[in-house]
Amino acid sequence: MNATARLATVASRPERVGLGVMVTLSLGVIALGAGWVAGPSAAVVAAAMLATVVGLVSVAFVGGLETRRALAPYGLLKPGILWLSLFFLAPLWSMVVMSLSSKESRFDFFPSFTWEWDNYRIALTDFRPQFLRSFGYAAVATLLTILIGFPLAYVIAFRGGRYRNILLGLVVIPFFTSYLIRTLAWGNILADEGPVVSIIDGLGLQGAFESLNIMDNGKLLNTPAAVIGGLTYNFLPFMVLPIYVSLEKIDPHLIDAAMDLYSSASAAFRRIVVPLALPGIFAGSLLVFIPAAGDFVNAQFLGNPQTTMVGNSIQDQFLRQLNYPVASAMSFVLMFIITIAVLVYTKFMGTEDLA
Amino acid sequence: MTAFSRRQRIGQRLINGVAGLGLFYIFLPILVIVIFSFNAPKGKYNIKWQGFTLDNWAKPFAESELTAALWVSLRIALISTFCATILGSLIALALSRYKFKGSGGINLFLVLPLTSPEIVLGSSLATLFLNRGVDFGYVTVIIAHVMFQISFVAVTVRARIRGFDWTLEQAAMDLGATPSRAFWKITFPLILPGILAAALLSFALSIDDFIITFFNAGSLVTFPLQIFGASRVKIPPQINVLATMLLFASVSLMVAGTVIGNRRQRKLAGN
Repeated sequence: MNATARLATVASRPERVGLGVMVTLSLGVIALGAGWVAGPSAAVVAAAMLATVVGLVSVAFVGGLETRRALAPYGLLKPGILWLSLFFLAPLWSMVVMSLSSKESRFDFFPSFTWEWDNYRIALTDFRPQFLRSFGYAAVATLLTILIGFPLAYVIAFRGGRYRNILLGLVVIPFFTSYLIRTLAWGNILADEGPVVSIIDGLGLQGAFESLNIMDNGKLLNTPAAVIGGLTYNFLPFMVLPIYVSLEKIDPHLIDAAMDLYSSASAAFRRIVVPLALPGIFAGSLLVFIPAAGDFVNAQFLGNPQTTMVGNSIQDQFLRQLNYPVASAMSFVLMFIITIAVLVYTKFMGTEDLA
Repeated sequence: MTAFSRRQRIGQRLINGVAGLGLFYIFLPILVIVIFSFNAPKGKYNIKWQGFTLDNWAKPFAESELTAALWVSLRIALISTFCATILGSLIALALSRYKFKGSGGINLFLVLPLTSPEIVLGSSLATLFLNRGVDFGYVTVIIAHVMFQISFVAVTVRARIRGFDWTLEQAAMDLGATPSRAFWKITFPLILPGILAAALLSFALSIDDFIITFFNAGSLVTFPLQIFGASRVKIPPQINVLATMLLFASVSLMVAGTVIGNRRQRKLAGN
């Protein structure tokens, strides 16, 4: 068999081509990963990966077409999962190690691992207000996104008709502008001489807003309300889209059937639409709450020193005080609480709706 | 449908009105951004309306640092999107085409980066780089972006090719096509729109990423980082001009994608 013919037979089997591509890609990713994350643990990871690649290839060539078919999915998964292991999982591990390390002096940039549980004490006592504020603000913002997002999703799903996709596009388009610029624009809108404050003043509603704790000394900007408003705005599409997806699946005949059986419109809404929309509301709540709890941009641009959230503190400790251990301890606590929420959610709802 | 009572009609109007207000709320800051790109601010901050001018649009690249940062962001987004699209699509293909042990675990593993707060992803990756003594710059930022884009691409592509009829490939092979020919002639063209859509969205994610980049950029300045740094010193109206341009670019890409997709679909349906 000459070379071209052999090449042709090889090329006629996508499994084998796929295997080749996978081996090359894996080796490339390993080289890259090991190069940039140089160190003993990276060497172990690289060696293990190399061993599995060699093993896979030999098994694939000894076994027949069926074996190769069975191995194909793992081959396709390998490079991407490898990347995530190196740059998502491994960092989480270094974060845990760092959170238990201590610095010898303020200018010690390579803290050593000493089971320093004190970092967690500092994180949970000194930064307790920031943690509470983060979860509180995020919870209120999540509620507000449900209140604003549900009617929007409902109208698009049930009244949109053939304009559904255009309406959905309209909901998403504003979020193609830069996140920071959007938040700065809210600064313009809520500024002391801005339109919202002057409308409130014009209507003489300042007192009412002050008693609701939304305004502070005639100011809207640099208040907790402004921070929560910014969070609500920036993460709204994460609520609208999942709710829309679950509403769109509802068969309108169900509602007609309920009405035919003498259900009132509001009962049909309460007992059919809302329960069927719940998966979307749950998914949306998770998708809004998580980024909101970890955010520091809104608190930075729209808040004051009394509205800092845990993200501000992590950022400040890590990048300005260079206190990596305490910053890591705070990150770990945040991650821990959120991961539990995610795992509870996926246990009941699966991973499908989070896409 | 049965006739509506008066109360129901009022309820319907009410919910339409609330949704309309919601849309207005969504567009309010965008209006402000576009309007203020025509402002002629007297001081360093483009916050108060002073007067109409076209100067900013005549010289959109007048702020050289801002323009340089935009190019940095575009370059990073191009490279990272390219890598992440390949790696993520391969994962999506494996998950939707094959049944295999461990796919549930892989699904969960893919969702985790999407459901982790960005500040945790950014600070932990930075910790890893610090521990290993890696210099912060282009490479670290690209690594970080590919990391969060992979999950995004995989999940998006998987959703788009859900319900794809894999027997089409089998049919092609029954008609004498080789497996690779069947893949490139049948499967690939059909899943390509999904892949391109995912690539487009993850490109937008990369350009706009602030928190993760903030931790891993070192002295490199991307577009969002430049805005963040500048916001304490001055806010030139060119920021609004460039933001409006980016918005129009991404909207026209999205519209073009939808139109082409629809046309293709109609053509396929026609055949």
